[in-house]
Amino acid sequence: MFRWFHKLASTRNFYRLAEILAPWLAILCAILLGVGLFQGLFVAPTDYEQGESYRIIFVHVPSAWLSLFIYMTMAFCSLLVIVWKMKLADIVAEVSAPVGASFTFLALATGSLWGKPMWGTWWEWDARLTSELILLFIYIGYMALRASIDNPATRARASAILALVGVVNIPIIKFSVDWWNTLHQPASIMKFDKPSIHPTMLQPLLLCALGFTVFYFVVMLLNTRSLILERESKSSWVQERAAEGRL
Amino acid sequence: MHPKRKQKLILVGLMVGAVAVAAGFILTAFKSNIQLFFTPTEVAEGKVPEGAEFKVGGLVAANSVKRVGDGLTVEFALTDNGQTIPVRYTGILPDLFREGQGTVSVGKLDENGVFVADRVLAKHDENYMPPEVAEALNKTKAVQQAKTQPYGADTVQMQ
Repeated sequence: MFRWFHKLASTRNFYRLAEILAPWLAILCAILLGVGLFQGLFVAPTDYEQGESYRIIFVHVPSAWLSLFIYMTMAFCSLLVIVWKMKLADIVAEVSAPVGASFTFLALATGSLWGKPMWGTWWEWDARLTSELILLFIYIGYMALRASIDNPATRARASAILALVGVVNIPIIKFSVDWWNTLHQPASIMKFDKPSIHPTMLQPLLLCALGFTVFYFVVMLLNTRSLILERESKSSWVQERAAEGRL
Repeated sequence: MHPKRKQKLILVGLMVGAVAVAAGFILTAFKSNIQLFFTPTEVAEGKVPEGAEFKVGGLVAANSVKRVGDGLTVEFALTDNGQTIPVRYTGILPDLFREGQGTVSVGKLDENGVFVADRVLAKHDENYMPPEVAEALNKTKAVQQAKTQPYGADTVQMQ
């Protein structure tokens, strides 16, 4: 049952798979983001209250989603590292962290830019904003921890434990707007009720979100490939490919 | 599954569970500190810190916004559809500030029970729509209100 999984988990097979997938995903990403951003910035109607300022949503919301999604990916990889000692999972977690941190920063920065004209403040210590800032610190802490341990086995275990502990913050971010009263508005889309965003605005938002997600996968695959080469530079298959000039 | 792996999986589960419980305790203990603002009801019940600055959040009551004196000072009432407290603020209001809109005011209660705000923040709700849709919605709302409240009761819509 887990055979395909074991096959995929081998760095050599994944290297090959990433080589095939990355260019196609890159094209898909360009199309999704191109259409999504064009529709969002030029076609979608203005908002009845916020005017044009709401258009930051097409960057802000996908960034915020990705900040959570990438963290969950890292946490899942960390579980594979701790329980199954999977080398590939450690590599994927390592290359994901800077991407996740960047999206978290982007979500905070775009939110702040929107907050000044709409709320009247750049920053407020409300539960949503604060827990998202903590997520940024967890990402940075994770990268710092990895950078400070030289032994690969210790590094993989220690950072995996940190990533798994940090998972607790994810539901706090998601539900902060429901559990406490906050300045940040509650969810518009990810809720049981029907989305409280008009379809003409929702469609480009979903395209952008999908585009950002595919972008993460492209970056993750490319960086995973180079890290696989670095880690396995002494293995025979890497040597062979290097001799043939196919890296 | 290999018994050793199973053991590790259980261990990870316990660890995450324990951290979650700990975080749950901490957040419950600090519940009142994590709330961004007090509601007008809490202010009326005297749950707010005395003499110290705090935040109060609610809807700007309908027909309550008055400009006084210098034109920069605004008086309005903040309501949670239960209690209402008067607020005075001197300064520039955010774009979204209007009657019926959610706001958070930062300031202190004076001796007359008026909340003197240093800052007024506008809360935005989760609704995004083009102006035409909002207009159409308002029309149907007005019709429904006229039907259910024939005497034109002065109500504030919760969002």
